[in-house]
Amino acid sequence: MLLRKALTALATVLVAMSFTFVLLRSMPGDMLHMWAVQIQQQQGISYQEARQIARTMLNYDPTEPLGTQYLHYMANLLRGDLGYSLTYRIPVTTILLNALPWTVFVATTSVMLSFVVGCLLGVTVAWRRKSLLDPLITLYASVTQAVPDFLIALLLLLIFGLALHWLPMRGAYGPDVEPGWSLSFLLDALYHAVLPVMAFTLPGIGGWVLAMKASAMSALGEDYINVARAKGLREYRILTQYLGRNAMLPLVTGLASALGGTLGGSMLVESVFGYPGVGRFLAEAIALRDYTLMQGLFLLVTVGIVVGNLLGDVLVTRLDPRVRLQ
Amino acid sequence: MSVFLKVIRHNRAALFGSVMLALFFLTAVFGPICAPLDLMPDFPHRFMPPGAQHLLGTDYAGRDVLVQLIHGSRDIMLIAFSTGLFGVLIALAVGLSAGLIGGWYDAWLTGLIDVFLTVPSFPVMAIFAVLFRIQNPVQFGLVLAIWQWPGLARAIRAQVLAYKHREFVEVCRIMAMSPLNVIVNELIPNMMPFVSINFIGIARNAITASVGIMLLGLVPLRVENWGMMLNMAAFQSGAIYVPHAWSYLLSPMFAIVLFQYSLVQFASGVDELFDPRLRSR
Repeated sequence: MLLRKALTALATVLVAMSFTFVLLRSMPGDMLHMWAVQIQQQQGISYQEARQIARTMLNYDPTEPLGTQYLHYMANLLRGDLGYSLTYRIPVTTILLNALPWTVFVATTSVMLSFVVGCLLGVTVAWRRKSLLDPLITLYASVTQAVPDFLIALLLLLIFGLALHWLPMRGAYGPDVEPGWSLSFLLDALYHAVLPVMAFTLPGIGGWVLAMKASAMSALGEDYINVARAKGLREYRILTQYLGRNAMLPLVTGLASALGGTLGGSMLVESVFGYPGVGRFLAEAIALRDYTLMQGLFLLVTVGIVVGNLLGDVLVTRLDPRVRLQ
Repeated sequence: MSVFLKVIRHNRAALFGSVMLALFFLTAVFGPICAPLDLMPDFPHRFMPPGAQHLLGTDYAGRDVLVQLIHGSRDIMLIAFSTGLFGVLIALAVGLSAGLIGGWYDAWLTGLIDVFLTVPSFPVMAIFAVLFRIQNPVQFGLVLAIWQWPGLARAIRAQVLAYKHREFVEVCRIMAMSPLNVIVNELIPNMMPFVSINFIGIARNAITASVGIMLLGLVPLRVENWGMMLNMAAFQSGAIYVPHAWSYLLSPMFAIVLFQYSLVQFASGVDELFDPRLRSR
């Protein structure tokens, strides 16, 4: 099973790499020639030399046969060489490495937060079915299901950023703090991350609550719950150690796909908040037709999701002894 | 049909969804005829709050927001419907053929479905939307459908495998019915429940994706398109900094959410229609 998943992961990465190859080749006009002429003028070298430099920067050479181009492209990718951004004129990997931490931070925080809150609420609702919380949460889930996350982002921006001035509207840190491992910078980064994290977390909670409620309801009928009750264990203990833990297991598989969805949706949410993560740069690269940057960011997001899925599968086998035995 | 009316009578959510969808549909068909669109800029009257003359206020160039919303509903409907249609057709073709033919063909397609499900859909759709230089809503729907079929295709394939050796299909085989006949008259009707639910799901995804893509300014469609309205209101015209332009900003958002919510509620009715067990409650 795990082997099959690993093969799918490999195939996905290969397909994504081929897709970006086609993408690069569909670049309109002779970009190589344009760059070569520019470099020639800037550095005062011969056209041949300039063309050579431009070729390494763009990571493709239209004069080679197609098969060789493809192999060279793949080889360069595996070496981590993604060429230069057409708009920023710096290596794509530099942009990637700068953007990645922000997205990883926001995505993992919001996925974990919505998972934890959703599971807690779900188990509570399943335990106290008659409470007022149940219909409220069902309504919340069905409404948030209908609101795209970028609209939630926009609403949060309008309410907490623009109207109330509680939270900053743009960026990952303020203009007056120096990036580094200082306390003031970390606090400022946290402060700036509140709205993006909320934009991902709020719509995510509903789904987890419903899933957790269903899972906990079916676990409630199990014998071990009755045994725990008969033993006279405290309600809190049954709720967390017995019901919660077991009901949570089937949901863990969903974590990876939730992370994938967050990474895919980061284009919009990060753009709304001007948050300098992978998604915002990808949206910008697509808008500016920056093919090399587009290629690099798209590959990064895909590889991120593939790795996330694999980690999720491994995590499930660790957590659930039944899966481990198979 | 009469069964659906019975469902609606008991299920308030489905009633709400059906009525709202009918209203949206009528608005998209007849609205533009009743309320002509006037896109002439009228700058002295820009960013007006709701009033008697402009029920939902005016935009950055003094044009009526409500009329734009009414005209834009056509695009949204067309995008949602065409993505749903194309997506279901691709899913049926892939799912049915994979389940029926089997062997290496099936293995290959299943692998392909897995790959499609893993690669993040929104970035791909955004890149496609830019590469294909979209001109109209139906074309937009077709482009979005390229990445919207795999989930349904997988479900259809599983269903075909489950039905393949059930009695009603075996009987058809003994009666020497042609495979096409079996597919069209036996298999597809049995799959209608989740195909129609998935149709609604794909249509909803298409609305979210298309509005998102237009919000980023990647596909320039008409001004009155809801996604374009939102893009102009939120990012281009500076309307978010104009306090009394709130109606211009919130109207397209509310319209999108209402349409999405209606689809969700309608889907619950369709669910109940095909699953009598849900009806008894």
